Amino acid sequence: MAKGNPRIGVFVCDCGLNIAGSVDTEAVKDYAATLPDVVVAVRNKYTCSDPGQAEIRRVIGEHNLNRVVIASCSPRLHEPTFRACVQQAGLNPYLMTMANIREHCSWVTLHDREAATRKAQDIVRVAVAQARWLHPQDEEQLPVTDAALVIGGGVAGIQAALDLADAGHQVYLVEKQPSIGGIMAMLDKTYPTMDCSI
Amino acid sequence: MMDAGRHPRIKLLTYSEVEDVSGYVGNFRVRVRKKARYVDENECTACGECVKVCPIVRPDEFQQGLSTRRAIYIPFPQAVPSAYVVDIEACLGDNPIACGKCIEVCDKKCIDFDMRDEIVELNVGAIIVATGMDLYDPTALDEYGYTRFENVITSLEFERLISAGGPTGGHFIRLTDGQPPRRIGFVQCVGSRTNNPVRGNPYCSNICCMNTIKDSLQLKDHYPDIDITVFYMDIRAFGKGFEDLFMRSKAAGVRYVRGLPGEVVEDPQTRNLRVFVENTTAGRIEEYELDMLVLSIGAIPRGDSELVKQLLTLSRTPDGFFMEAHPKLKPVDATTKGVFLAGCAESPKDVKDSVTQASAAAARAEVLLSKSKIQVEATTAVVDAAKCRQCGRCAEVCPFSAIRWEKKQVAQVITAACAGCGTCAAECPFDAIEMRHFSDQAIYAQIDAALERDPLSTIVTFACNWCSYAGADTAGTGRMEYPPNARIIRTMCSGRVDADFVWYAFQKGAPVVLVSGCHYADCHYINANRNTVRRVDALWEGLEKYGVRPERLQLEWCSAAKGQRWAKIMREVEELRVHVTAEEVERTTEVLREAKVPLSSQVWKLKAPTPALLHCLRCGYEWREDYSAEKARSEERMCAACRSNSVRVFI
Repeated sequence: MAKGNPRIGVFVCDCGLNIAGSVDTEAVKDYAATLPDVVVAVRNKYTCSDPGQAEIRRVIGEHNLNRVVIASCSPRLHEPTFRACVQQAGLNPYLMTMANIREHCSWVTLHDREAATRKAQDIVRVAVAQARWLHPQDEEQLPVTDAALVIGGGVAGIQAALDLADAGHQVYLVEKQPSIGGIMAMLDKTYPTMDCSI
Repeated sequence: MMDAGRHPRIKLLTYSEVEDVSGYVGNFRVRVRKKARYVDENECTACGECVKVCPIVRPDEFQQGLSTRRAIYIPFPQAVPSAYVVDIEACLGDNPIACGKCIEVCDKKCIDFDMRDEIVELNVGAIIVATGMDLYDPTALDEYGYTRFENVITSLEFERLISAGGPTGGHFIRLTDGQPPRRIGFVQCVGSRTNNPVRGNPYCSNICCMNTIKDSLQLKDHYPDIDITVFYMDIRAFGKGFEDLFMRSKAAGVRYVRGLPGEVVEDPQTRNLRVFVENTTAGRIEEYELDMLVLSIGAIPRGDSELVKQLLTLSRTPDGFFMEAHPKLKPVDATTKGVFLAGCAESPKDVKDSVTQASAAAARAEVLLSKSKIQVEATTAVVDAAKCRQCGRCAEVCPFSAIRWEKKQVAQVITAACAGCGTCAAECPFDAIEMRHFSDQAIYAQIDAALERDPLSTIVTFACNWCSYAGADTAGTGRMEYPPNARIIRTMCSGRVDADFVWYAFQKGAPVVLVSGCHYADCHYINANRNTVRRVDALWEGLEKYGVRPERLQLEWCSAAKGQRWAKIMREVEELRVHVTAEEVERTTEVLREAKVPLSSQVWKLKAPTPALLHCLRCGYEWREDYSAEKARSEERMCAACRSNSVRVFI
């Protein structure tokens, strides 16, 4: 078990009606509060909004939380948001995990509120179980090679290459054909300006 | 174009192709093949003397085959670099008996038939994919007669015919008699907005309406009296200034007829075209006699998209274009970190939108490049030296060679090279490797929690971050409903799924376990998911040995874009689950309680191709083929009947 007793806070998001429209988020919050090591469960209309994040930070301080579960959307969307949020409250960002009750639940169980609510509760329970085993992690720093590869020398590739080069970066522009220009070079005039393409 | 050619910080590699990409965000290594052009591009002054003596004539690709070029040629006068190139397939070669004339006349001596392809290695921090699009070939739409009638042309051929740099010097004429057309028609949505795959694609190609409106105004400039008819289903003039152009075109007398032609016939004498169309506004069949007909062809994904996708482990949306990390919030980030999308590679778009997206992609790349260091996710592997028994299995399965191991040495992880797939942790027989943030304990705890309430209705599901978990996200974004029984445990790669995890889930009463991940070609960790298949094969054999129905363990690949596929998998796996009884689960937990986790599979020991029976654990379909371990590694197994990847091999 992780160091010290886990003190887990669960933040259940309505996401307006995106989640609350098909899931009884109040019931999810109440259920979360009964789970082992959960010291507080909060429901919020938009957890990712400024007031939503401010509340997370406030509750972390108030309840001395050392683990956070955000029951909202996919971590592929908002994990960076909430990692930054808990970090601001002094927690290591890896002590936060997300329960995806939107993409994986409310949006795919639209017409059975009971089943969707039950599934959301289960997803939160799984995330809380995971949270108990989260540890602080330090991110390693890696150097960045200050150069870009642009694949394709049509109008998009040319523009991207010019912007990056003008900003001071080395650019390699790779084009399959013997000349850059792409389809654009074949056009006589282009809209909406009605001028030549090259 | 010229600016890009002259810029001191842009290195142009034309006539070149990316062959290999390795590394990760901030630190990519790229191998580029610079093909021999047989002309020194730095020395060539584009004087054109070589062209005068070249005896070989070929259709000019740039002019859409409407004129010819020689074997040594410059693609077009403004080409960058301004240098000739030898079409070596067509060229007679350096043999003085055969030819070699161009070498004799080149004052600068820049033609070199000994030139060889050059391999260029690049180190870059960011990659922008601006590979563009191809255009729809209207041959299949036979009613328009593109292949039969010379006066039916495509919109790209129109561009060349009206261009001052084109084969006719900008005198827009009919191909059959060299006369300016008096009556011309345009057919919209050729290859676009159709559900018939033979006739094109379901999506709107975005550019064709405005391109035709532009063409109509250009023609009116050239020939004020020309009669122009546009056959359309909808005119989509949605952009800034677009409606104005549409109004100008209408005010100039261009006729817009709502309806696509059903038939085009040619008068063999005059070579004029008779076009039959249902005017859906007027509600009648109409006939038009025209001198020329322009097919407004749609945009399609480039033919080499699959190759680019595999080089960079990108995803493609169902329309075939590259998929963005998020359609709204990350529209220029690719699904691979450090890779960005610009232009038509992502979707069909016009010049303005291509430029806009290119600048956005450059800005996103710059966010990365302007930092000297970036933080990488702390999800790498850590070896517990006390537990390591120095077997080296971890080093064997690591796709990134990120584990250093020598005989009788404790394995060592090179953290900078570790991508965090976790297949080493799943492989270690002594549980001596821990994945940061995806620890064994956390995963066991999730399995326990998933099965805590009503286990009989629960499908324990492992999903990989990049593909199947994202595919489930896509199903959500698309509001594709499916049964609510799966409980998903996210891992970075399906290669993280230890056979112990699956065994444990069955011991704890799971009726069905689903392991899911990326298709073979899409694996974000090179080939880590081959280990997933090997483990699942071993588990299937083991389950059967203990009298547990192997089909209770399912394996599926689902890419990030395929929400529909995810929903289908969910429905089908639920169908399996409802047939698992409480008694069956009870028996399973009993027999597996003391059973050893199966780790090796017969299939993966097959050195040579061996006759085998393949059996789909989803639908029961069976077929025979020769099978080997090599085949298991290189070819994704899929049921031909139901497209499931839960295919077992019996030798």
